[in-house]
Amino acid sequence: MDKNLLTIDSVRNAVQSRDTTAFSIAEAHYSRIQQEDEQIGAYLTLCKDRALEQADRMDRMAAEGKVLPPLGGVPVAIKDVMSTRGVRTTAGSKILDNYIPPYDCTAVARLEAAGAVVLGKTNCDEFAMGSSNENSAYRPVRNPRDLTRVPGGSSGGSAAAVAADMAVCSLGSDTGGSIRQPASFCGVVGLMPTYGRVSRYGLIAFASSLDHIGPLTRTVRDAATVLRTIAGRDPMDSTSADVPVPDYVAEIEKPVRGLKLGVAKEYFGEGLNDEVRQAVELAVDRLKGLGCEVVPVSLPHTSYAIPAYYLIATAEASSNLARYDGVRYGHRAGGVKSLSEMYRRTRDEGFGAEVKRRIMLGTYALSAGYYDAYYLKAQKVRTLLAQDFEDAFRNVDAIVTPTSPTAAFRLGEKSDDPLAMYLADIYTVTADLAGIPGISIPCGETKERLPIGLQILGRHFDEATILRVAHAYEQE
Amino acid sequence: MKVTEKDVAYVADLANLELSGEESAGMVRDLNSILDYIDRLNELDTSNVEPMAQVSDRYGVDKVKQGSERFSYAYREDVPEALRKSLSQESALANASDADGRFFRVPKVIER
Repeated sequence: MDKNLLTIDSVRNAVQSRDTTAFSIAEAHYSRIQQEDEQIGAYLTLCKDRALEQADRMDRMAAEGKVLPPLGGVPVAIKDVMSTRGVRTTAGSKILDNYIPPYDCTAVARLEAAGAVVLGKTNCDEFAMGSSNENSAYRPVRNPRDLTRVPGGSSGGSAAAVAADMAVCSLGSDTGGSIRQPASFCGVVGLMPTYGRVSRYGLIAFASSLDHIGPLTRTVRDAATVLRTIAGRDPMDSTSADVPVPDYVAEIEKPVRGLKLGVAKEYFGEGLNDEVRQAVELAVDRLKGLGCEVVPVSLPHTSYAIPAYYLIATAEASSNLARYDGVRYGHRAGGVKSLSEMYRRTRDEGFGAEVKRRIMLGTYALSAGYYDAYYLKAQKVRTLLAQDFEDAFRNVDAIVTPTSPTAAFRLGEKSDDPLAMYLADIYTVTADLAGIPGISIPCGETKERLPIGLQILGRHFDEATILRVAHAYEQE
Repeated sequence: MKVTEKDVAYVADLANLELSGEESAGMVRDLNSILDYIDRLNELDTSNVEPMAQVSDRYGVDKVKQGSERFSYAYREDVPEALRKSLSQESALANASDADGRFFRVPKVIER
C-alpha cells in the first residue's frame, strides 16, 4: 500500500492530478484484502464491479479536467448493517444470509455521490449486538495489531479494515459504543454524530432511538470530511434533524485555546485499567498545554447507564427484529407444517445466541406486569442521564474520558459471560442514551503495544467542537 | 431467582422463538444474572422524572412550539409515487424464499 495515499485528501488529490488512478488504488486495496483478510476477517462481501465502475467514473472525470467531488476515488468500506442496492447485506446474521437490498442506505448513497469507491461490506456482530465481533454469524474479526485479540465491536470489521490498510475510511454504526470502542481497540478515529445528524434510512434497525451512523478514519480531518458528506436532513428518516450542517473541515482548524474541557470522576473509577488511566490523564495534560482549561464535572448517574441501556436497547430490538419471520426476505425454515411453526423454526435457525438473549430480555421487559418496573424505569433513568450532561455542558464545551476501560481483550476472554461483555461499553453507552456526539481518537499504547482511545463528548449538534479538540490533540 | 423455566417458555412464545432444552436452561441463568444487575436502577427515585423515549423529544426541536407543532420539520407531503416511490412488485418479491410472482406464499393458516 502506498503510504502517501492513506487519507481522503491525499487520494482525491492524486486522482485529480492524475498522478495515479482511482482504478489502480482500488485494485491495490483489493490485492491487500486478498493478502491480509483471510487472517483478519474484516470483510464479508466485496463488490468489485461496483467499485471499479465508480473508480473508472472518477478517472474519466479527472481526465476530462473536471473537479472531483470531496471523496473522489477514495476507497471506503461499509458495515454490513447498511443496505446496498444489489449487494448482499447480512447484518452479520445467518437470517439475512441471502438478502439483496433493493435500495441504498442514504449515508452510503451520499458517500458515493461524493465520489467514494465502495469496496465491500464489513463484518460485525450479528445485528450490531456485541462488543468484540465474536457474535458475527460468519467469523470473528481479529485485531490487526494482535491477532489473538478482538477488534472491538460491533463495527469491528470497519475498524480493522481501516487499521490494516484495507480501506481509507469506513462507515460504522453506534448504538452503545459500536463505533468508538472498536476505533479505540484498533487505533483509529471513530466518530458517533448527534442522534438525528445522519439519516438512518437503510440502516438495518437494532434499537431505533439509539442507532447512529458515523465514520471510522485514520485522521480527524477525514472524519470531518465524511461527516460533512453524510450529515443533514433526509426526508426518508423523520428523526433526521433539520439543523444546519457546518463545514466541519474548516471548523477543525479553529484554535482550542480557552475552550473548557470537563473531566468526570465517574469515568475514572473502579474497573479502569491503570495504563489506560495514565494515557488518558497524559492526554488531558496535553490538552491543557494547548490552552484548554480543564475543570472537574460530575455525571452522577453514570453507573446506571448500562442497566438502563440494556433494557431500552433490548426492548427496541425485540420489536425491530420481529420482522424476521421468513416470509418476505431472508432465511426460511423448511419442512414446516404451519405458519407459526415456520416463524419459530426460522428464527431458531436464523438467530445466534446473543440475538436470542436480547430478544428474550427485551420481550420480558415489555411484557405485561414488567413494563413499568423495567422499560418505563429505564426511560426515566435515561432522562436523568441526559440531564447529567445538560448540567455539565452549562459549564464546559466538551468532556474528555477514556473510550473503554481496557485495551483490546483476547478472543474468548468474555464470550461466556454476557454481563462482563456488556460492561465493555460502560463509558460509551451514556452518549447514545443522551443522544450527544462523541469521538474516540488514539492516545497512546499499552506496554503490549495495544492502542488506547481518548473519548471526547460534546453538546447536541456540536460535533464541530469535539472534532476541533480532537484535531488539535492529533496535531500535537 | 426472578425468572424461571416457565417464564422463559412464556416469553419465548411471545417472541416467536423456539428454544431447545439446553438453550432454555442457559437463558434462565443469563436473564437472572442480567436482571440482578439491572435491579440497581431501583436505587434511584424516579417518581418525578419524565420518561425519555426519543432524543428528538428533547433536542433539535423548537421548544417554543407546542405539541406536534414542535415536530413540524418531520412532516412531509403524502404524495404517492413521488417522494416515496414504492418498490415494484418484482423487486418486493425478489428476496422471498417462496412467492408466485404476485404474492408471498406461506404454509396454510386456516384449516378447512
